[in-house]
Amino acid sequence: MGLYEISLAMNVGIYIILAVGLNLITGYCGQISLGHAAFFGIGAYCAALLAKAGFPLFATLGAGCILAGIVGAVIGLTSLRVREDFLAIVTMGVAFLFVGIVRQQEVLGGEMGISGIPSHGLGQWGFLGLIWGSAIFCVLFAWHVKRSWMGFAFEAVANDEETAKVLGLDVKSYKIAAFAMGTAMAGIAGGLYTYYTRFIIPDTFGFIQSVTILSIVAVGGIGSIAGCVVSAVILVLMPEFFRFINDYKLLLYGVLLFSVMRFAPEGLAGVFRMIFGGKEAKSA
Amino acid sequence: MLFLELVVQGLIQGSTYAIIAVGLTLVYGLLRVLHVAHAGLFTLGAYLGVLVTNHTGSLGIGVTVAATGAALAGILIYRLVYEPILDRPPYVALIASIGLYMGMEELFRLVFGPFGMSFVTPPLQDVVQVAGIYLRTCQIATVVINLVLLGILAWVAQGTKVGTGWRATVDDPKMAACFGIDPIRVRYLVFGMGSALAAVAGVLVALLSNLVEPTMGAVPSYKSLAIIVLGGLGNVGGTLIASLVLGVVEAFGTIYLGSLLDRDAIAFAFLIIVLMIRPTGLFTSR
Repeated sequence: MGLYEISLAMNVGIYIILAVGLNLITGYCGQISLGHAAFFGIGAYCAALLAKAGFPLFATLGAGCILAGIVGAVIGLTSLRVREDFLAIVTMGVAFLFVGIVRQQEVLGGEMGISGIPSHGLGQWGFLGLIWGSAIFCVLFAWHVKRSWMGFAFEAVANDEETAKVLGLDVKSYKIAAFAMGTAMAGIAGGLYTYYTRFIIPDTFGFIQSVTILSIVAVGGIGSIAGCVVSAVILVLMPEFFRFINDYKLLLYGVLLFSVMRFAPEGLAGVFRMIFGGKEAKSA
Repeated sequence: MLFLELVVQGLIQGSTYAIIAVGLTLVYGLLRVLHVAHAGLFTLGAYLGVLVTNHTGSLGIGVTVAATGAALAGILIYRLVYEPILDRPPYVALIASIGLYMGMEELFRLVFGPFGMSFVTPPLQDVVQVAGIYLRTCQIATVVINLVLLGILAWVAQGTKVGTGWRATVDDPKMAACFGIDPIRVRYLVFGMGSALAAVAGVLVALLSNLVEPTMGAVPSYKSLAIIVLGGLGNVGGTLIASLVLGVVEAFGTIYLGSLLDRDAIAFAFLIIVLMIRPTGLFTSR
């Protein structure tokens, strides 16, 4: 593998973490979020500032993860007040608010972003290992959550909140937990992204990025971890393999997003289920 | 004086938001779909308006073509994209709509080029003085046209058979069908009307800035979503007031909070604060 392939693999790993995190919130717990990129950004900015202040790699990554998770839990609180379409718009607002705040603050680099971020010092292969290690950890974590008591509770909240309440589930804390875990993962991805590019600007973490992450989850099949991983690989690599696509990347994402929703709302996971039989496709 | 000027500028801006958001809320009331692609029709209207006006030299023909074209496109979107997925969970239609809008934005870029388009001889640009404030005639025209259209809409909704059909279908489509109202036809009509309104707004915004570009729909699209949420989803009167309020809040915000947040962030910060206090919007519907 040359440098180019390694950096592609890093990119794929980062998007897998992002997609798995969003899947925890939207797929498992049924709370739609259009602001996932903001938490990606919180992780990235936190890591960038700390790294420039001289903190070691794992401290900056950890801080980004924790900060994103805390802010995510606060946003999770809003999901107790507003639901469904209202929640979609509020989280969309979070995406715009984050970029709006970062752009106007000199401390955060403003419009010009932050450059000159110190190297991770792990070497190409070491850093690739770190990214994929984190991705695998997130996938295993999500997989474990799905199979735990908490996963069943999430499913109950997603399917029918009122019934979940009647059954004695503490709906509030499960919603907040889902947001906290999902956004903490986005924070890790953000920190890794900071060391990956060593240069960050506010626009990377805007609404379009949120939509890109959501499209990975949607194409994979909302609620399916394997689907998320496969579609992250496909959607990140596709523009690279078909160079001519690059100019039409957004057009492609757009068309893909609405045709998947229109013709196969269960995403790749649904298509696999259809082809290989198995469990009856469950309605989300 | 600055105070009055800010209010007036806010109301002008707010009235263009209103006309987009009212179309959007009509659609939402009927289908419960957050129709992000509505802003694509706004951009389409702006392009059609400028193209036709430049070719024929008549703004009237431009607006008519824009409204008709957008209405047809809107009906097509409803028929081809939304109708088959209406019984899916709400996020399916929302995601499809976002995808559709992104696709449309890129399509405009490919067809009309990335640099935008202007009126060759921009109409209605004379400056007049009203109550000590200098305004361009197109700004006055924007407010007047929007008020007239909203007035017509209110009349249609309250005083005609179409409006009764709309309200009945919003309340209970099955019951409406029992009384001889065809919900499908009502949906076509509402989609057509809403899209035509968006197109008119597009032409008006093009007049105000004398520039039409592929991404011009982005800001109204997200903002009109915020507005219909503020107005209490599906509530036409609430949407109208919320639009004007947001226009004014933005006008003041950019002056007094400009160093802290940009315009869009101010709008969404306002939205989030309001929703935390009143989770179903400023004006709870029904």
